[in-house]
Amino acid sequence: MVARVRVPAVVRPAEVFVVRIAIQHVMETGFRLTDTGRPIPRNVIHTLAVRYGGQEVFRAELGSGVAANPYLEFPVQAVASGPMVFEWVDDAGIRGSETVAITVAG
Amino acid sequence: MSRPSPARSGLVFAGPTVRALQADDFANPGMLWVERGQKLWSEPVGPSRRSCGSCHADALRGAAASLPAVDAATGRLVNLESRIQACQAQRQGIEPAAHESDALLALSAYVAYQSRGMPVRVEVDGPARPYFERGRASYHRRIGQLNLACSHCHDANWGRRLGPETISQGHGVGYPAYRLEWQALGSLHRRFRSCLSGVRAEMLPQGHPDYLALELYLAWRASSLPVETPAVRR
Ligand code: HEC
Ligand code: HEC
Repeated sequence: MVARVRVPAVVRPAEVFVVRIAIQHVMETGFRLTDTGRPIPRNVIHTLAVRYGGQEVFRAELGSGVAANPYLEFPVQAVASGPMVFEWVDDAGIRGSETVAITVAG
Repeated sequence: MSRPSPARSGLVFAGPTVRALQADDFANPGMLWVERGQKLWSEPVGPSRRSCGSCHADALRGAAASLPAVDAATGRLVNLESRIQACQAQRQGIEPAAHESDALLALSAYVAYQSRGMPVRVEVDGPARPYFERGRASYHRRIGQLNLACSHCHDANWGRRLGPETISQGHGVGYPAYRLEWQALGSLHRRFRSCLSGVRAEMLPQGHPDYLALELYLAWRASSLPVETPAVRR
């Protein structure tokens, strides 16, 4: 699972900045059939959690209504320099994670 | 020999949402494949542990803009995907990635992305001529139960609507491209198959010599349009 995360290179203390994440995933709805008529089991990323500065700053519960290769963005307030850790899991139990460095200066 | 003039990318005929998605390098889902391709590009594989990058220092900037081309060694017409497969088999000594596999899409998207913005310019004379003529002939040949040629839609009726879509000039400069209908990145040959199934014609396997020749003819029609990979389409 490939993911891309984008955050500003540097943020000021207490600045509210935008975090963007895109994850490559089929987000299989569970409503589709194969060519031979068998149901394709649902497989979506159902949970995405983001931690930064010692606490969870964002959590999303996703479902069948989300298109493939989900893209999310959310605001976060800068506290201190340190890692921001993204973790997600899909219906098949496959986990993915990504870490970016947040640099607070100024 | 005629081709639509001025040449206009399919992007011009796409809706505002599609255009916005393509313009935003972060939101464009095709960039996920480019990212994966970049990883594969620098991965040492095979018995001699060679990565693509160990032989191709500049990531082949410009290469995608001049393919398909005739391979001097075999005299055959090759496109970007078949070039990559040949390097995997002959230079890396590994099983080449299958057509339309995620790995081949990722690598071809990554290599084509290095040519983004560069004008398409393919050789159609010399040894390429017979392939070009073959592509031109199949482009103008009526096919399928609807008995239509590519030219009926993409030369004679571009700009007109067909159901929910506006018919474009049928250029392949953005492929592999992310189609919202596919919810994935797909190759130009996969797009051919969509058009062929639209006119209820027989579909050929990916990488078929007829598709390669058609690809060469399309690249000539698109001359001077910039490479757009990874494009976003409906
Ligand atoms: C019945 C009309 C019709 C025929 C015949 C047809 N197409 Fe298409 N084609 C479409 C439509 C509609 C689309 C989607 C809208 C667009 O991009 O033009 C499309 C899209 C394309 C695209 C993608 C353009 C882009 O910018 O993404 C290519 C390339 C293409 N067609 C090539 C062909 C080729 C090659 C043939 C002949 C084998 C062919 N088409 C036959 C209707 C047709
Ligand atoms: C051991 C060295 C080597 C490795 C490893 C290698 N290549 Fe190549 N590649 C070559 C050579 C040499 C050529 C010129 C081929 C020819 O003319 O036959 C070439 C040609 C190409 C071309 C066509 C370039 C053009 O200008 O048309 C592409 C595309 C390409 N390689 C992609 C790749 C990719 C992708 C990988 C990794 C999957 C790869 N290569 C791995 C040596 C290598």
